[in-house]
Amino acid sequence: MDYIGEHRLPGQFGHFFIVLSLVASLVASFSYFKATQSKNDIDGGYWKRLARFAFITECISVFSIFAILFYIISSHLFEYKYAWQHSSRSLEVKYLLSCFWEGQEGSFLLWSIWHCVLGLILIKTSKQWEAPVMTVVSFAQFCLATMLAGLYIFGYKIGSNPFILLRESDVFSVAPGMHIDFDVNNPVRSDYLTMIKDGNDLNPLLQNYWMVIHPPVLFMGFASTIVPFAFAMAGLWTRKFGEWVRPALPWALFSAAVLGVGIMMGAKWAYESLTFGGYWAWDPVENASLVPWLVLISGIHTLLIYKHSGHSLRASFLFFILTFFFVLYSTFLTRSGILGETSVHAFTDLGMNAQLFVYMALFAFAAFVLYGTRYRDIPAIHKEESSSSREFWMFIGSLVIFLSAFVIIGKTSLPVFNKLFGTKIAPPENPEFSYNQIQIHVAIILGVLTAIVQYLRYKSTPAKFFWKGIAIPTAIAAVAAALVLQFGDINYRKETFGFLVFIWVGVAASIYAIIANAGYIWVGLKGKLKLSGGSIAHVGFGMVLLGILLSSSKKEILSFNRGGITMQGMDAKEAGENITLIKGMPVQMGKYDVTYVSDSMHPKKQQWYYSIHFKSRTDDEEFTLKPDAFVNYKGNEGLMANPDARHYWNHDVFTYISALANPDKTKDTSTYHTKVLKPGDSLFYSQGYMILDDVTARTDVPKEIFGPDGSLHEAPMRIFSKTGSIFSLTPKLALAKGNMVAIPDTVTSEGLVIQLQKVNPDKSVELGVKESDVPLEYVALKAYKFPFINLLWFGVVLTAIGIIISMVRRISLNRLSTNR
Amino acid sequence: MKKIHIVLLVFIAAAIAVLISFLQSASTYDTVDTAMAKPGKFVHLMARLDKNQPVEYDAIKNPNYLSFTAVDTLGKSVKVVYNQPKPENFEMAEKLVLQGKYVNGLFQCKTIQTKCPSKYKDDIKNAEKNINTTLSNPTEKSSDNYN
Repeated sequence: MDYIGEHRLPGQFGHFFIVLSLVASLVASFSYFKATQSKNDIDGGYWKRLARFAFITECISVFSIFAILFYIISSHLFEYKYAWQHSSRSLEVKYLLSCFWEGQEGSFLLWSIWHCVLGLILIKTSKQWEAPVMTVVSFAQFCLATMLAGLYIFGYKIGSNPFILLRESDVFSVAPGMHIDFDVNNPVRSDYLTMIKDGNDLNPLLQNYWMVIHPPVLFMGFASTIVPFAFAMAGLWTRKFGEWVRPALPWALFSAAVLGVGIMMGAKWAYESLTFGGYWAWDPVENASLVPWLVLISGIHTLLIYKHSGHSLRASFLFFILTFFFVLYSTFLTRSGILGETSVHAFTDLGMNAQLFVYMALFAFAAFVLYGTRYRDIPAIHKEESSSSREFWMFIGSLVIFLSAFVIIGKTSLPVFNKLFGTKIAPPENPEFSYNQIQIHVAIILGVLTAIVQYLRYKSTPAKFFWKGIAIPTAIAAVAAALVLQFGDINYRKETFGFLVFIWVGVAASIYAIIANAGYIWVGLKGKLKLSGGSIAHVGFGMVLLGILLSSSKKEILSFNRGGITMQGMDAKEAGENITLIKGMPVQMGKYDVTYVSDSMHPKKQQWYYSIHFKSRTDDEEFTLKPDAFVNYKGNEGLMANPDARHYWNHDVFTYISALANPDKTKDTSTYHTKVLKPGDSLFYSQGYMILDDVTARTDVPKEIFGPDGSLHEAPMRIFSKTGSIFSLTPKLALAKGNMVAIPDTVTSEGLVIQLQKVNPDKSVELGVKESDVPLEYVALKAYKFPFINLLWFGVVLTAIGIIISMVRRISLNRLSTNR
Repeated sequence: MKKIHIVLLVFIAAAIAVLISFLQSASTYDTVDTAMAKPGKFVHLMARLDKNQPVEYDAIKNPNYLSFTAVDTLGKSVKVVYNQPKPENFEMAEKLVLQGKYVNGLFQCKTIQTKCPSKYKDDIKNAEKNINTTLSNPTEKSSDNYN
């Protein structure tokens, strides 16, 4: 049967390239394997040429798959499920790329593309290491290619094909209208495409410019961890236990810079477009990318120890294997759906759990078997490091970083633990604090170690030399820390006092790290920037720590609400983080008078922009923020808010909308309409209906107010708004000292006022119903002040620059030694 | 034994101790009955919104007060109060994970996670609504294509 309007050709090309990439990557892996194993150069050369040809074919296939998928998405070919599911016609062109990484298939593809790019560079540069290193890379490419295969083998689904047609997918099995005679058992109607006018669209939270650049950078980071891993494997495999270190070090540094920046771009995205009020929440998805980075940092430090002292080679192997293992484990965690309740933004299960697990297990098994069997042959120095040596303390530092990673991944793996042991343990009451209270110790240790270790020498350090170097920076840091603690007003009392003390120590330690490392650039390295990559990175790291500590501990809630009802047992402070602004009416928040000025709507989408004006009471500071929100967007209900922030050098003012007035409220009369109802009767109003539940009379009223024969009638009722909200209210009628006094009740968001006017002896009542003329326009919002958040972002950039300087230095050193 | 080995052992022991204490500080997944049985203890209550009972939220009165009734799979219900606005997709969620404590007859909720029905299946129903009404006889139309 022909289907009207379908474009089958791109999909057919896509399928072809998927199969080609699968075959080519397998051929490349096998040929590189043979090239590594072959005893003589002629055989090896033959296999290597074949392998290169296969790998380049693989690269062409992967790039073609990417280009075809991009064509499908950008031409809105909704006959393809991927385009339909992840994009729409109203989507801005700049977000078309984001559609790729919303789905699992696209993000695997992205990963695969970076492997191709890295692989091509390795073919060009890695000389005698090419064959063994590329065996590992090609095999990883084969595993990634199977993720896109979409084949059924013995009834098991292998991979998920991005070129599957919408009508072939499970979506249509629940859509009778798409089938002949409205029966899902019949074939799909030939004109089905005329009914599919638009796609499902990109998740509004991903419609943010950080989401265009964060995933490519993060995935380049993930993908690049394979290179130092592959060098470590190559070293074990070819028994060149020490030689792999030299070419692997620049790659490891590259990976650390890119992965680190990628992670923090995600944090920036979270800060700018999510509404948990921060950049980091210890969400499993965040942890899963942080952990490999931490282990990688440990690996880089042990590699440096080995280069300078011959110690720690075995640990270096282990750390690089674990880095890559944790990348795979993280992939498994975030993509298998196992995180379920514990994460807010993991991928959903695509039915590839088994495959992901096999991928992880295969690499882990091969790597650990190789490591285990060669362990005894790896050269190690049995003489003990001196405790005045740089390598001793560097190793302690690496160990602390690694164990910090171990603890984080352990906690993150709680759902895995539950699955393995059949337990049902839920995360603790305050999950963020459970991480923070441990990691604050890590921050303190690392801050101090980062500060002092550069002043130590490899092998051993004469005490006099050490003290001479460190004395001045220590003194300066002590003064600076004392000033910051004295005047910085760091007074975080959400947790215990003990935790606050640790924050103070942490602040001092990170200031120490910044000053001591900055000092070392001049004292130790005589200001030679080319050599000072490490110190610059450490200054940056110190700033990251300081930025984290200050911005989190001094975060202020501006929208703290003093009015309203406090919940029983709830801390009053905790109870009121949202404040309601009625259009045009200024409300005081901190030092600002804040006014909801106006709103406007996106021309194509259900996206609203709100102008919120901040005016300082104490000076002439004045600005307008424009937080926006997707309202009832594409099958969602409620609002998805995007914050907006005003940036200053030393703080940000940050706000987002947390609740809105019912937007489609219409106008009605402003006088009371009298209706007669009995209990159980219902009554319509313009936005829904109401039910009178009961009428009760109370005579146990205080005599001094109501008089001797006073009474109080109550008419509890429920209002069912057509938006689905249900409200309960109780208008009352008091007979007090001979006077009838009506006490009306209101549903402000519905503009509804109800008055109990008369109670008849037969229990029927007269109700006065009023719908207000002008619907009240308001927003509820949260506003924060984040101090010193820029210190964090600047620290990240500086760390990355430092690492890149080191990488360039290592590459040029390698060149020098090969040319000699 | 080398110094470094001692440090190693101490650190690893500390890391394991931290993880074990984490397991002990952890909370539990509960139904209404089991949550009520341990008042004041922090639990994860798995339930859904009872749509026959009032949902109270009025930002003009108090933007930090939401109250509703949650009912679990066993049909047992409890009144819930929450000090934040309605989370997104609150009324259409098929499941709510309510993190909080049962105190004095109320479930005081700190966090609400909404679990929604698969989104794209709903959207295909929207697409169906766009069925072109001029095609009065869809089967006949499709059989045209065989010619």
